[in-house]
Amino acid sequence: MKKDLTATAVGLVVLTLVLGLLYPLAVTGVSQVAFNDAANGSQIERDGTVVGSRLLGQGFTSARYFHSRPSQSEYNPSATFFSNAGPNGQDTADAIRANADAYLKREGRYDAGLTRAAIPPDAVQTSASGVDPHITVDNARIQAHRVAAVRDLSPDRVDELIDDHTDGRGLGLFGAPGVNVLQLNIALDEESSR
Amino acid sequence: MTVQGWIQILVFCAVLTALTPLLGAYMHRVFRGDAILGSVLGPVERGFHKLLRVDPRQEQDWKAYARSALIFSLGSWLLLYALLRLQGSLPFNPAGFGAAPADVTFNTSSSFVSNTNWQYYAGETTLSNFSQMAGLAVQNFTSAAVGIAVVIAVIRGFSARSLKTLGNFWSDLTRALLYVLLPIAFVLALFFVSQGLVQSLSPAQAFTSLEGVRQLITLGPVASQEAIKLLGTNGGGFFNVNSAMPLENSSGLVNFVSMLAILVIPAALTATFGRMVGNRRQGWMIYGAMFAFFAVAVAIVYAAESHGTPAQHLAGIGGGNMEGKETRFGVEGSSLFAVVTTVASCGAVNAAMESLTGLGGAIPMANMMTGEVIFGGVGSGLYSMLMFVLLAVFVAGLMVGRTPEFLGKKIGAREMKLTMIGTLAAPLLTLIATAIAISSKYGLRSIYNGGPQGFSETLYAYTSQTNNNGSAFAGYTGFVQPNGPGNDGAFGITFADLLGGGAMLAGRFLPLIVVLAIAGALAGRKVAPAGPGTMRTDTPTFGVLAIGTILLVALLTFVPALLLGPVVQGLTDRML
Repeated sequence: MKKDLTATAVGLVVLTLVLGLLYPLAVTGVSQVAFNDAANGSQIERDGTVVGSRLLGQGFTSARYFHSRPSQSEYNPSATFFSNAGPNGQDTADAIRANADAYLKREGRYDAGLTRAAIPPDAVQTSASGVDPHITVDNARIQAHRVAAVRDLSPDRVDELIDDHTDGRGLGLFGAPGVNVLQLNIALDEESSR
Repeated sequence: MTVQGWIQILVFCAVLTALTPLLGAYMHRVFRGDAILGSVLGPVERGFHKLLRVDPRQEQDWKAYARSALIFSLGSWLLLYALLRLQGSLPFNPAGFGAAPADVTFNTSSSFVSNTNWQYYAGETTLSNFSQMAGLAVQNFTSAAVGIAVVIAVIRGFSARSLKTLGNFWSDLTRALLYVLLPIAFVLALFFVSQGLVQSLSPAQAFTSLEGVRQLITLGPVASQEAIKLLGTNGGGFFNVNSAMPLENSSGLVNFVSMLAILVIPAALTATFGRMVGNRRQGWMIYGAMFAFFAVAVAIVYAAESHGTPAQHLAGIGGGNMEGKETRFGVEGSSLFAVVTTVASCGAVNAAMESLTGLGGAIPMANMMTGEVIFGGVGSGLYSMLMFVLLAVFVAGLMVGRTPEFLGKKIGAREMKLTMIGTLAAPLLTLIATAIAISSKYGLRSIYNGGPQGFSETLYAYTSQTNNNGSAFAGYTGFVQPNGPGNDGAFGITFADLLGGGAMLAGRFLPLIVVLAIAGALAGRKVAPAGPGTMRTDTPTFGVLAIGTILLVALLTFVPALLLGPVVQGLTDRML
């Protein structure tokens, strides 16, 4: 009994130092040197100031930009939460319908053939993190009509930019492809000032 | 459902199965005392024992072993509670967060010491980097190591032919940490950072978005904590949305490696078991039984999520259910993760469990309701499974009228009584806690959604906590933060915090003591040579019997409860 108490007391002090401080500090040290960009949040700079992270989605309302997925947290990356919208909830259905109405209204003007049934689910359902950096390629292709028209770019050029900023599956196999909205919008700004 | 999706799932199964014998053999050598890294880390191991003033060769019987494990866990609990309550006066606190209230801290401490990682708090808005690193991450290591140590001791009891002892707790604990968890976690953490996970002690980086909103990139020791969170089947995320957060799970590849990290140790322990009892087929039989449950669960969840929800159909939207899911994982990567994290008692989530379809959410609950024996927690999964194996042996013995035997050892009345306690404790606790919570006004305060969804939230909460999983239908709450980031003015829902905390401690330590007692009784028992009348336990036939036994116990206990919540939602297209 006494032996166990001594071992526990000493053990916890040593383990807290080794596992709680030494281990994370060692990982931090190596990471800051070897993977500096990633370790600090994959920040994106424009004209010398940080405008976001490659891994964090932002809210976009302007017609000039591709829009991220709906967010339950106003795209706040420092206080995240789920929508917790249930599968059979009337309020869930209402929220999805409202998002779909807005999407149809916004994109339908530029993409006459767009129907409600053709809207990809990622465009109207909230993401898990609230800051999903990606949208599906289908979603981007629909929005491309609007962005090309507003910016007076050729549809082909916008499609090209979408391809350039699509993150494929990991090793060509794992996960699902997605278009990085922030990087795509930054590229659009470089392409045209309209 | 897509071909791509099924291929991902198949590749995952293949890689997991391939890693099982490799890591299993490695761990077998570690606990036999000739680890591959022994020449390098041996001096560290001996030095640590010297500091602790323990003699690693001193054998302990089951009572002494259990006493050491319990005292160590109690000490861990007290230390963690103190660290979390004193957060405001400790270092590495760039945002200046004060401590969470006492009832929430009780829940959190119980959660991390019991390897559950149920979280009523939101990490990035309530905890300092010091609390995350020196408090929670340490417990992620040690609670996992306790689980591994105990299962190794239990296997020794099953296999010992003359010794009445189970080994030395301090030696096993050290080896689990030094040779298994720490080296793998270190490599994994660096891989994670290379793929975009944050690892920094700097304060949050402010930025202005393209459309002019001021926001913060939260920085912290994420990757180092993430590695052990997965590897130790802990599951407590740095961020509130856990592995859904891009800074915590950045890509499809990271997601794949994360899922492997969750299952690899629980799976490999079946191979370690096979080697330690001198019958590798026995290990594969257990792996096979676990895998069968896993494969069926994945198929159902993937099909259900691909079908979409009634809510989206009512709104005229087709396709899979993307509510609460991230684009980079897709429906397949989220469905697979939901099953992986609930068959193992991990509880990390990369999607909102509450937003899964009715059936898609029923399966994770059912996975936990088996008592976390489908791979389960590191160590705890296998030792809980072994109790079900004894139960299956007993049932088979009754059917053919023979004394039940496992690995040549006769199973007596005392072992069977203990097995019954060990296998029924968690289900009973789950049902009682759910019943109290759902029928009292105190329990109602925690519920976010109404109707069957609210019932599901409650059932999920106590299933998850009692079985030490830690995932949640996250609408269910025990902590209110009215003033945003920080613990200023925050308060806990005492009823949910205490009931859940108690359920986690009981669900962890009751089976742990019971299974050590069984192993203690079996240690040194004479091994009868196998004869023509011996029922073999390393065959597919027995595997099916073991599966049937688990199903029988879980279904008989939980079907009525499941019907009231997720099943009723899964069977209708109506809004409820």
